[in-house]
Order: sequence, then C-alpha cells, then structure tokens
Amino acid sequence: MSTRTKPEGKRPTRRAVVKGAAVTLGAAAFAKAVSPVAEFAEGLTVEQFLRRHYKELSEDDKREVLARIERDTEAEYGAACKVADPPPLPGVKFAYAINLSKCNGNGKCVEACHRENNHDRDTNQSYIRVLELEKGSMDLEKGNTTYDHAVPAEGKDYLPVQCQQCDAPPCTAVCPVEATWKEPDGIVVVDYDWCIGCRYCEAACPYHARRFNWKKPTIPADEVNPDQGLLSNRIRPQGVMEKCHFCLHRTREGRLPACAEACPTGARVFGNVADPASELRWILANKRVFVLKEELGTKPSFFYFFDD
Amino acid sequence: MAVLAGVPLAIGLSAWSGGGSVRADEVPAEAAAAGVRFPVRVNRPSGPPRVLVDTEGVPPGTTVACSTCHATRPPDRTNARTDDLDEFHQGLVVRHGDSTCLACHDPTDYDRLRRADGRPVAFEDVMDLCGQCHGPQRRDWRHGAHGGTTGYWDLTRGPRTRNHCVDCHDPHAPAFPRMRPTFKPIDRFLTPDAESHE
Ligand code: HEC
Ligand code: HEC
Ligand code: HEC
Ligand code: HEC
Repeated sequence: MSTRTKPEGKRPTRRAVVKGAAVTLGAAAFAKAVSPVAEFAEGLTVEQFLRRHYKELSEDDKREVLARIERDTEAEYGAACKVADPPPLPGVKFAYAINLSKCNGNGKCVEACHRENNHDRDTNQSYIRVLELEKGSMDLEKGNTTYDHAVPAEGKDYLPVQCQQCDAPPCTAVCPVEATWKEPDGIVVVDYDWCIGCRYCEAACPYHARRFNWKKPTIPADEVNPDQGLLSNRIRPQGVMEKCHFCLHRTREGRLPACAEACPTGARVFGNVADPASELRWILANKRVFVLKEELGTKPSFFYFFDD
Repeated sequence: MAVLAGVPLAIGLSAWSGGGSVRADEVPAEAAAAGVRFPVRVNRPSGPPRVLVDTEGVPPGTTVACSTCHATRPPDRTNARTDDLDEFHQGLVVRHGDSTCLACHDPTDYDRLRRADGRPVAFEDVMDLCGQCHGPQRRDWRHGAHGGTTGYWDLTRGPRTRNHCVDCHDPHAPAFPRMRPTFKPIDRFLTPDAESHE
C-alpha cells in the first residue's frame, strides 16, 4: 500500500477516538451513534475489532485480510469470490461527465450499480439515485427517485447523482477515525473494516451520496459478483458506511464503470481527465459544463453537460 | 431532453469555470494517440438489409436482397413517403424530417445508400450517411460525447466498443424511444425507521 498517500501524522487509535468522541458528544449521544456498531461488534473477535487499519498492515497481513474476506464471503453467501486491492494508477485522475441532454431517467445505471457492487437485494440499494425534476429546476433537493412511468415524462428533467468524488471532500474531514479518505486518482474510499458507522460523513455530504448499512446485505449466491475490491464492492458488513467508488476494482484495471456501460442513451462519459486527449477533456473544452452545488467549494470530479 | 438547452441557470447547478485549452479540431484521434495498443471497435451493420419471402414453395426463413426486385424495376421517385407505397413495403413507418426514400436509398443500386451528392454509401458505413445531415452529433460521437462506449477507458489495457447511430436510432423513425424504468430504489428502507420494521 506504499502508493497510498493518506496524510501521515497523528493517526488516532480506534480506542482513543471512541473515548474522545464520548467526551465531546455526551455518553448517551455517543451510544446512539455507535449502537449499530456495538451490535455488529458482538460477532467479531477481539482480534478483528482491534485490528490495525489495513493500510498499516504488512504485505503478508494484507494478503491474509483479503483471503479472510474471501473465506467469509464463501461461508456466509455460498459464493466463491476474488477480493483484490488494486492501487491507484500513476498519472490518472478519474472523472465523470453526464450528458443531461441525453439522460432520460431510465435507471439502468442504478440497476447496474446494484448488481456490480453486491448491494442488498431486499432494499434495491444502489450508489446512484436518478432524480426526476421539474424541467428547468436543477435543484437536487426537490427531486423524486420513485417515479414510475414511461420516461422521459413531459415537463421533466432527469439528474443522476452519485458520489461526486470531490477534490475538497467534506465527508473525509469529519470522519473521527480516518476510515475514509481520498486516493491519488481522485476516488474517495471507505475502509469498511475501520468505519465505526457514526454517520458523520453521511451528514456532511451535500449530495446525499453516502449510505449506511442498516442490515446485513442479502444476496443470492448465484447473484454475488465474484470480482471484488477490498475498498469497493466486496460485501459490506452491517453497520458501516458505503458510497460510489467509481467501480475501482474495474476502473483501476482500465475498464469502464458498470453504470457507464449500462447506460442505453450514451449519456455517461468516464475517463482520465489528466489525459489531454481524453473524451472528458474534449467535453470540458467544448460543452456547457456544470458541477452540482459549486458554491460549496467541494470541487467535484463529476460534471454535467448539455449539448447546446 | 434536448429542450433543456438554454434553460436559465437554476439553483444547485452552477457553471463550471475551469476549462481545458484543447479545441475540437486539435484533439488527436484516440487511435493515433501515443501508447495506444488496443483498437476502438465500432459496431456496424453486417451488410445490406434483406427481405423475408413469405410465399408458398420457398422454405420458411428465405430472404432475398433488395436488388432482387429493384434490379428489374426502375426507381420510382414518386414513391417518396410511406403513403405513396401501395404495392409493397406497406406498413413501413418513416418519420424522419422531410427525407424522401431516395434521399437515403441509392436509386442506381438498392443494396446500398447514397449521399446527397449521389456518391454511394455501403449499408455498413451508414454513419457517413447520418453524418452528412447531423454534423454536430457525428462530431460529438467522434469525441465520445454521444452514443456511448463499452469496454476499456484505457486503451493501453484493452479494447473499446462504440455503438453506431443505427444501434440506437431506427433510420426510418429515429426518435429515441421512451422507456419504462424497471428498477427502483425502495427508499423507505434507506431510512432509520426501516430498522424497526425488520
Ligand atoms: C419482393 C420485391 C421487393 C424487394 C425484395 C424489395 N422491394 Fe423495394 N419495392 C418493391 C416494390 C414493388 C416497390 C414499389 C412500391 C409501390 O409503388 O407501392 C418498392 C419500392 C421501394 C422504394 C421506394 C422507391 C421506389 O423505387 O419505388 C424503396 C426506397 C425501396 N423499395 C427499398 C427497398 C429496399 C432497401 C429493399 C431491401 C431491404 C427492398 N426495397 C426490397 C419491391 C421490392
Ligand atoms: C434517413 C435515411 C432513410 C430514409 C429517408 C429511408 N430509408 Fe430505408 N433504410 C435506411 C437505412 C439506413 C436502412 C438500413 C437499416 C438497417 O440496417 O437496419 C434502411 C432499410 C430499409 C428497408 C429494409 C429494412 C426495413 O425496415 O424493412 C426498406 C424496405 C427500406 N429501407 C425502404 C425505405 C422506403 C420505402 C423509404 C421511403 C418511404 C425509406 N426506406 C426511407 C435509410 C433510410
Ligand atoms: C437527408 C438528411 C438526413 C439524413 C441522411 C439523416 N437525417 Fe436524421 N434528420 C433529418 C431531419 C431533417 C430531421 C428532423 C429535424 C427536426 O425535426 O428538427 C432529422 C431528425 C433526426 C433525429 C431526431 C428525431 C426526433 O424526432 O427527435 C434523429 C435521432 C436522427 N435524425 C437520426 C438520424 C440517423 C441515425 C441517420 C442515419 C441513419 C439520419 N438521421 C440521417 C435529416 C436527415
Ligand atoms: C447509445 C445510443 C445512441 C447512439 C449510438 C446514437 N445516439 Fe443519437 N441520440 C441518442 C439519445 C438518447 C438522444 C436523445 C433523444 C431525446 O432527446 O429524446 C439522441 C439524439 C439524437 C439526435 C437529435 C438531436 C440531439 O442531439 O438530441 C440526433 C440528430 C442524433 N441523435 C443523431 C445521431 C447520430 C448521427 C448518431 C451516430 C453518429 C447517433 N445519434 C448515435 C442516443 C444515441
């Protein structure tokens, strides 16, 4: 993990943070904040609970972590899988652009994400929400995700929203245990083994892009996607946060994210914005391009554009 | 959705103020860029369409080329629109601007298409036909901003596949069809209240 550039320095132990938070929050508030984790912790061995942050592990330790997750998944879900930990690619800065003149709200991206990323089947969980909005009102606070009619509907616009992979992410700053951080290729990741489920990051995200796992995901064995990443689509335990990770188990291997491939309208464009010859750069230079809630200064790596 | 264009800026969506210096005509074709090892494959029709023959005496599923009939009959320019068809091809729906049949089909050879200046276009190269009337979309397509992509964003690691115009647009009635969303989040489960209902 030598390529990871999480800021070094004071790295609190999980124990210390848990104590510190209790002091500032008040014991009752803290108990409430961590209650899902407390339940979850019962099933864990002491070793697992106190295990150091995986980024601090030796290569051998890491191999053991990946192997353990593969074993656990096989045992709990009856599905053999391969958990990898692909590092960020040098010289690559990922970005996304969505053509809002083309998106028609059909939701195939939402479904592709659901399947690719081993989301809970009972809740149709997905990292993507597609909002239906009054035409001309790009206010994501007023959107509706549960529309159920032929699209595009008269007088409506559609706005797909997922993690904007901000360059100034408010979510990582509030994490009391540094379980979430931004990688050099621009992807904001969550360490599911380290997250305490306090949900501060969820509250801090202006795009509502972070989700809490209220329950253990249910997925039939034959639907488990076996191609898994440690920081991406491996099956998340109950009681931790999760969010879009640009399908890093695919994109760090050079492939497109599942949602991009699934889009039937061709509205989704993904790539390396550091490459001057990329499609993204052409779009940024030649289209009317927007970011959501620009005034907040979050500097998204996620763009929206129109054809004319 | 094209109507969205020109809407006044609304809350929540603000102009992106950055911007590269790359201009459309300076962008090297992806295939020519340095270090590229894998191709960009473009879907294309396998060849001219054929017509199913549904008559007694021929095995079911038999098809014939367009030229089978058209080589023996002179092109009829008065057959410009579907309403003009009374002998054959009835039921064909053509809703595509004011284009007449022979604006696209080559009257000298019905197994191919034609440009406005009369130069022939093979059915496999149908995008060149579309491109002459839809320059902006053809340009956007070339830059990946229209038409979608599957495969690898990184051509040093694997190939990429591009749809072509007729994958998504029926040349006779090109309006993109309306769709029915089939997958919906179950939002109430995303809230804390859901916990108590388990
Ligand atoms: C079985 C014979 C037959 C075949 C095969 C056939 N056509 Fe035709 N086509 C006709 C006839 C007959 C007309 C005239 C229809 C009318 O006047 O009502 C016609 C009319 C047309 C016209 C209108 C212009 C004109 O010259 O009348 C076009 C364009 C056309 N056909 C294209 C095609 C294409 C493309 C194919 C191959 C996919 C094809 N046809 C295959 C019999 C055929
Ligand atoms: C905008 C260009 C365009 C116009 C206008 C047009 N065609 Fe076509 N037509 C095509 C293309 C391209 C194909 C091949 C479609 C494919 O490969 O799937 C085709 C296919 C066909 C076919 C065979 C497939 C089918 O749908 O049955 C027939 C027959 C045909 N055209 C007849 C006509 C007739 C008759 C008219 C006028 C009423 C007409 N076309 C107008 C471009 C056009
Ligand atoms: C001869 C010129 C011509 C050619 C060739 C042509 N088109 Fe068109 N197309 C038009 C015109 C004219 C319109 C109508 C524009 C309008 O209504 O504003 C149109 C409209 C369209 C639309 C919008 C339809 C809608 O209702 O929203 C699409 C999509 C389209 N064409 C795709 C294609 C494709 C794909 C091809 C190649 C198979 C093609 N066109 C070839 C002239 C052409
Ligand atoms: C992945 C599917 C896809 C492919 C491939 C595709 N289009 Fe489109 N096209 C769309 C969608 C979606 C729209 C928007 C439809 C709407 O506004 O309802 C559209 C709209 C259009 C329009 C209407 C004007 C506009 O820009 O909105 C034209 C013209 C058009 N396409 C031409 C083309 C041409 C030419 C090609 C090939 C170079 C092509 N398309 C390839 C999906 C596609």
